[in-house]
Amino acid sequence: MKDKKMIRAAYGEALVKLGQMNKNVVVLDADLSHATMTNKFAEKFPERFFNIGIAEANMMNISAGMSTMGYIPFCSTFALFGTGRAYEQIRNSIAYPNFNVKICCTHAGVSVGEDGGSHQAIEDIALMRVIPNMTIVVPCDANETKKAVNAISECHGPTYLRLARSPSTVFDQERPFTLGKANVMKEGTDIVLFACGIMVDVALDCANELKKSLGKSIAVINIHTIKPIDAECVLLYAKMCKKVVTLEEHSVIGGLGAAVAEVLIGKGDFSFKRIGIQDRFGQSGTPEELLAEYGLDLESVKAEVEEML
Amino acid sequence: MISLNKKCTDIRVEVLRMLNESKSGHSGGSLSAVELIAGAYYQALTITVENCTDANRDRFVLSKGHAAPVLYSILADKGFFPKEELYTLRKLHSRLQGHPDSKKLPGIEAATGSLGQGCSIAVGMAMAAKSQKKSLKVFTLLGDGELQEGVVWEACMAASAYKLDNLTLIVDVNGLQLDGPCDQILPMGNLADKFSSFGFNVIEVEDGNNIKQVLAAYAQPPVMGIPTCILAHTIKGKGVSFIENQVGWHGKVPNDKELELAIIELQEN
Repeated sequence: MKDKKMIRAAYGEALVKLGQMNKNVVVLDADLSHATMTNKFAEKFPERFFNIGIAEANMMNISAGMSTMGYIPFCSTFALFGTGRAYEQIRNSIAYPNFNVKICCTHAGVSVGEDGGSHQAIEDIALMRVIPNMTIVVPCDANETKKAVNAISECHGPTYLRLARSPSTVFDQERPFTLGKANVMKEGTDIVLFACGIMVDVALDCANELKKSLGKSIAVINIHTIKPIDAECVLLYAKMCKKVVTLEEHSVIGGLGAAVAEVLIGKGDFSFKRIGIQDRFGQSGTPEELLAEYGLDLESVKAEVEEML
Repeated sequence: MISLNKKCTDIRVEVLRMLNESKSGHSGGSLSAVELIAGAYYQALTITVENCTDANRDRFVLSKGHAAPVLYSILADKGFFPKEELYTLRKLHSRLQGHPDSKKLPGIEAATGSLGQGCSIAVGMAMAAKSQKKSLKVFTLLGDGELQEGVVWEACMAASAYKLDNLTLIVDVNGLQLDGPCDQILPMGNLADKFSSFGFNVIEVEDGNNIKQVLAAYAQPPVMGIPTCILAHTIKGKGVSFIENQVGWHGKVPNDKELELAIIELQEN
């Protein structure tokens, strides 16, 4: 049984640590602090926590204003309400003037579960990716989330941190985290799996099982920074393996798969498969049921990858 | 006072010249806002080239960003950039964007003009100032049509909840928006009552194009723990008879002939 922990819990803990180190860090939430887990920061630093109420657009603008006063605002809500409802505030008030605001959204992807499709952001990476100046980070587990929070606090500019809701596997990893630099989780030569977020765990399991069952050598790359993407690494492994698969808990349109394809287009002859949500909305169910329904569980992923071999 | 009156006339002339040169922009809503912006920059607030990077400076956020030419004219006059640059307004590679862009031009505090956002950004500045225990003032200027944006009222609730007595929200109540009179497009009822019920200290300025009245409103001491809203009743297109109160002049600029007539009229009065 794998060790599991909620990525959003790690986010809450990381904020508290960051708050101790950096007095300019402020945290904003839109009445979801018990779900995004910014409540931990609120308890520790009430004077630097601002609950804006159920008003995401206002929260983004307020963060923009606060950033001009020397604060580093971390503002949190669910991915859909942050990137969707407050899209134009993020675009015009934060990214356009290149303000130093960290938009950290939980409840991304279908693994949100029972709340259903209205609450499952499957398009947030796409929405953020087309905005100039925006950095996008999708940590794969609780450990990486903590490193990511520190890294983005030290890097000026608008950033979108995409976090999952449900408990996910914690990797025992001591890998360094550098913004914009992909992590090679497993070397391989037959096929390369580029994954982000909770799909990195599935990619690793898939690679290990296909090694055992078919003796195949599969590389797994954790693209934790979707933008700017580590094009050098993507190109290197794609050229080496020739067979490329992307895995994401997001629409295959506009997300990691699209970002990798954009790097590879015109750069060689590759077999390419994008595993993700195939242009559908989410729905209610348990996270496990939903991941299976949308082809993101280990069995579905393995079947798709085997087809490529 | 006389000199500020004269300055307002000069600003109007310059704004119309800029708009004529750029061949696009917003005449009506620029002219209505001249006294409101000038009163803030020349008297009520301390914003200078010298203090423009000082964390403790006052902040002015032009939420109705389409009145940018007025702001540019004033910033140039205060020495933020060369006056010649005013005539690059809205042109390719200009620092004077159609709507204010803080990353291009010194003196601009935020990117505004997408209506409603500036007001809410100003609330963020005022909240930060309070939490940092800075005694600076934050002013933001909105159009009355702009009040139709929902985020304005989200911002107002937050301003009240966070007791932002360092925030002054000024509304340029000129009664017109792009498509017609505000009361026909989306009636907003009694604005004073609305802002009062949102927890604001409301000050009405009968003639928001009278610099004396504007300065008197700006000089009123804040009410402890309560944000202030100044409802300034103005005339859209103020100062030029054929532009005044004309819906069609919202997004229209004077041609050479009209510019000439406008300047004569402004300088005679």
